[in-house]
Amino acid sequence: MLRIKNLHASIDNKEILKGINLEINPGEVHAIMGPNGSGKSTLSSVIAGKEEFEMTRGEIKFEGEDLTELDPEERAHKGIFLSFQYPVEIPGVSVTNFIKASINAHRKSQGLEDMKANEMLKLIREKSEMLEIDRKFLSRSLNQGFSGGEKKRNEIFQMAMLNPKLAILDETDSGLDIDALKVVANGVNKLRNKDNAVLLITHYQRLLDYIVPDVVHVMVDGKIVKSGPKELAYELEEKGYDWLKPEQV
Amino acid sequence: MELKDKLISSFLAFEEAFDLNSDIHELRTRSLKEFEQLGFPSKKEEAWKYTSLNSVLKPDYSVFPKKEDTIEYRDIKKYLIHDIDTYNLVFIDGIYSSHLSQTTHDKIDVCLMSSALSKSKYKPVIDNYFNKIVSKENGFTPLNTAFSKEGAFIHIHKNQLADKPIQIVNFATGNEAALMIQPRNLIVVDENAHVQIIERHQSLTNNPVLTNSVTEIYAAKRAIVDYYKIQNDRDTASLIDNTFVEQQEQSNCSMHTFSFGGKLTRNNLNFYQRGEHSDSTLKGITIIEDKQHVDHNTLVHHISPNCESHQDYKGIFAENSTGVFNGKVLVDKEAQKINAFQANNNILLDDKATINAKPQLEIFADDVKCSHGCTIGQLDQDSLFYLRSRGIPLKEAKALLMYAFANNVLESVKIPEIKKRINHEIAQKLGVSLGFDL
Repeated sequence: MLRIKNLHASIDNKEILKGINLEINPGEVHAIMGPNGSGKSTLSSVIAGKEEFEMTRGEIKFEGEDLTELDPEERAHKGIFLSFQYPVEIPGVSVTNFIKASINAHRKSQGLEDMKANEMLKLIREKSEMLEIDRKFLSRSLNQGFSGGEKKRNEIFQMAMLNPKLAILDETDSGLDIDALKVVANGVNKLRNKDNAVLLITHYQRLLDYIVPDVVHVMVDGKIVKSGPKELAYELEEKGYDWLKPEQV
Repeated sequence: MELKDKLISSFLAFEEAFDLNSDIHELRTRSLKEFEQLGFPSKKEEAWKYTSLNSVLKPDYSVFPKKEDTIEYRDIKKYLIHDIDTYNLVFIDGIYSSHLSQTTHDKIDVCLMSSALSKSKYKPVIDNYFNKIVSKENGFTPLNTAFSKEGAFIHIHKNQLADKPIQIVNFATGNEAALMIQPRNLIVVDENAHVQIIERHQSLTNNPVLTNSVTEIYAAKRAIVDYYKIQNDRDTASLIDNTFVEQQEQSNCSMHTFSFGGKLTRNNLNFYQRGEHSDSTLKGITIIEDKQHVDHNTLVHHISPNCESHQDYKGIFAENSTGVFNGKVLVDKEAQKINAFQANNNILLDDKATINAKPQLEIFADDVKCSHGCTIGQLDQDSLFYLRSRGIPLKEAKALLMYAFANNVLESVKIPEIKKRINHEIAQKLGVSLGFDL
């Protein structure tokens, strides 16, 4: 589904990603762990198409198609979803209206009419119940005054509504207490199927107890220095990252 | 002939139509002299440094409307707030249109300045209030007074609530190759009375129009005034708006100004707080492009203690448009324990767009809270990326962020239909359909 080869990316002429190789197949869950500043969030931004980053070398293909020239919205239309570490506040636009705009933009890109109001309502009800989201929450301004946990839950709610092929969850666990983490993880697990894939970006092994990855990658200084089964996460939790230096690979 | 000379020389002909023995005649004559001395302001004056009137004063304006023209309701409906019941004072090329208006004298007076100035029963009100709080810092207000003839006269008597909003709408038909209009409004809100007013100036063709409007608003003890100005005129129409608000104790006045169009718009908005515990709100959203120019020149004069004022102006400037915000807060020595807040936030969308912002505080009291903040920025790239990553295309994503930026000004709009109308005009202005009603 996602195939990244020798990806180099920089911002303001500073190289952040220094040759990433990553392949994710349908039905798989991958986790990327690594210390602060290793480039994890940059990788997720580059996949989603953030323009501040310049891809200097390598390629990113999604379902066989080169993403390099595509705008962020075009990538979203193809089924890539990024759950943000710091979602943006939009005063005056309710969660419901925002998701309507998003869903109808997706539909428009496929040549479809706007979703019917009752259909939209049904979908919103179904997904918000799954994520234990209060109805009142949906009429509040997007992310404005939301707690950290509410913001993350709202991201997963958008993911549930959009039903992407590839969901990249960037530090979705940070700022969540254990109960909220369970609800969010449970939601992600319910959305998984054999045709979609998840890429988890995280500092901590904790999230991986609830969303169990097929592969764990360790990223240090802009490179994936080690990949392995889920047990690798426990090893990292125990030993830290110091034993994994880029030059060892 | 230059516009100034043309106006001065046509004054005699203008005056012939009136009773020359009235007090108003004397006031008009005096005001014309003032205009003669002051003339039109130039960029050399500090308050007009960033607003040049050269191109606005150039056309050969007709200064008297010739005859009443009829326009059909269906042609102007879209410029009115028509989904709620309102009183309407509609003027066409400066002349009152009875068939498009709805006035009343039932408990409140919603009628014409021409009758207020000529009928004896209004004389006490006119004597008390007409031309009492205008400033003579530039020639526009004296000029308007010299030619004052028509406009809205609204008097809300003690303990009365205007049962529906009042719309004051001035249309220019384009029957004249170029037209100058000088509406004169007087709004007197007595003790414990309440009124909501919507004002609009709209040109129906691309013939040049210059409107020099003067509005005096008096809010007595515990009166509440909600005033909305919708400025979304054609690129050939300019507006000099001079509004003066005097507040007595515990009164509450709010002015929302929505500036989305017009060649040049200058808002001279002046609030005088004469009574304790009065509350003033001045808010504005400006969204302009092309070569449009909007200048907000505000004054809040805190004369009495224990009062509040809130100013919040948002501006979004695209292409070659220019904005000016000149906000002055003046706190007298006696005006202790006041709270004056002023914010002016701007977004420049293009390299050639300009905003000149100049907040001024003059404080002579020592126990007050005054704050002002001014920002100039661009749309936040991270926010844009967030919206685009949700599949929302760039143009719509920008529109959503602009809407969000201006939103808190809309929050204090008390008439839902106005909010809806403004949202609609913003969406139309930005040329987007967002898949939901804002």
